[in-house]
Amino acid sequence: MTSSAHALIDVLAAEGGGDSGFQSPTIAEFYPPAVAEFSVLGIDFEITRITIIMWIATAAILTLLVLAARKASVVPNKLQYLGESGYSLVRDGMARDVIGPKGLPFAPFLASLFFFILANNFMSIFPFAQISPNSRFAIPLLLAVIVWVLYNYIGIKEQGAARYFKDAAIPPGVPAAALILVTPIELLQVFVIRPFTLAVRLFANMFAGHMLLVVFSLGAVYLLNVGNFSVVFAPLSFLMALIMTFFELLVIFLQAYVFVVLTATYLNGAVEPAH
Amino acid sequence: MNTLAAESANPLLPPVGEIIVGTITFAIAFFVLGKFVWPRFEQVFRARREAIEGGIERAETMQAEAKAALERYQAQLAEARTEAAQIRDQARAEGQQILEELRAQAQQESARIVARGEEQLATSRQQVVNELRGQIGQLAVELAGRVVGESLEDQARRSGTVDRFLDQLDGMAAGAGAGASPDGRGGATGSSVYVQGDR
Repeated sequence: MTSSAHALIDVLAAEGGGDSGFQSPTIAEFYPPAVAEFSVLGIDFEITRITIIMWIATAAILTLLVLAARKASVVPNKLQYLGESGYSLVRDGMARDVIGPKGLPFAPFLASLFFFILANNFMSIFPFAQISPNSRFAIPLLLAVIVWVLYNYIGIKEQGAARYFKDAAIPPGVPAAALILVTPIELLQVFVIRPFTLAVRLFANMFAGHMLLVVFSLGAVYLLNVGNFSVVFAPLSFLMALIMTFFELLVIFLQAYVFVVLTATYLNGAVEPAH
Repeated sequence: MNTLAAESANPLLPPVGEIIVGTITFAIAFFVLGKFVWPRFEQVFRARREAIEGGIERAETMQAEAKAALERYQAQLAEARTEAAQIRDQARAEGQQILEELRAQAQQESARIVARGEEQLATSRQQVVNELRGQIGQLAVELAGRVVGESLEDQARRSGTVDRFLDQLDGMAAGAGAGASPDGRGGATGSSVYVQGDR
């Protein structure tokens, strides 16, 4: 037998050989040990590393934006320009263009949402944090619930409760016979699926992104230490981890953007009656 | 939560405590941004828009002002031209008038000088005539006395012959120059005749 055949057998033996093989990351990644635990009114609070990362991310983005806005002038400096660009993206690109003429009052909410998600997403590739609070379902879910409450409240306020629920259940222009099928789908869509998909989309992207990065990073370390021919694949795994980090950067912006654009779309449906 | 618990946990069932903590964090972010950041940005956007619009407005105002000033200057220029023409005309008229006045004055002056000259001439003539009259009479009597051989002087003086003769001569001369005006202007020829006749 050649030496490479021996190596292959070794690798296969290692793969098959229980404890000594590659330990792939598990869901435990997202359940770090609690730093502090307490209970208030029967509700258990658990402050973990991820909670602290969320606070740091939020504090950092608040500090940056307050610094950007503090000395805001007609001729902006670099930081102010960045902050303004982000705010303009949401204000003009979403609040004004997606929601419509009634959209500008929602700009502060949408922009806050955008920067909060962006900062927390960014923690997934930030050195030493390297996990996003949005990969915990709680954060995307609470944001989606806020959006859900908001667009239903706005819909009822702008159109009246009867009109809003009637339009949601019986979309105008649908033949009566089709309503048996359309009405349950529409109601489910507006009141259940929208917030759920909104939350899951963000959560799943950050969750999967983190898993991918961990798999390739741990893989590189494992291949380097396995002590046989496989060591040549370690750089490949490391390169893949690097590529996935850049891919993750794209996802970070894209998911923050998508979350806010969809929120704006739902708000548009709420401020303007269906036609 | 320990690792064993995590293994069995459903990632889609988040703990309530975490949701509350997350909500509070987002709420803080929302209020801080809404109070300190977005209003400032909106203010800057507004200021920028006003600066641009104000700039355009200012430029328009300045242009209108410049145009008004140009029109004003052109009007003033036209006015000045008209005025200059008027002044020129007036000056010309005045010059003409002054010239005429001067001419009239000069004529008066010359007339006056001529009149005085004539007057003086008449006076001198009269003087000469008076002088000559006495001398001629005396010379004539003396001459006649020498011719005759005796003095006729006393007799002639007594009888007044010479004077009468001379008066007759004067009367004749006065009859010849009767048409002459006293100032001598109208009858220049008469005057010269009169003067010549007297010599």
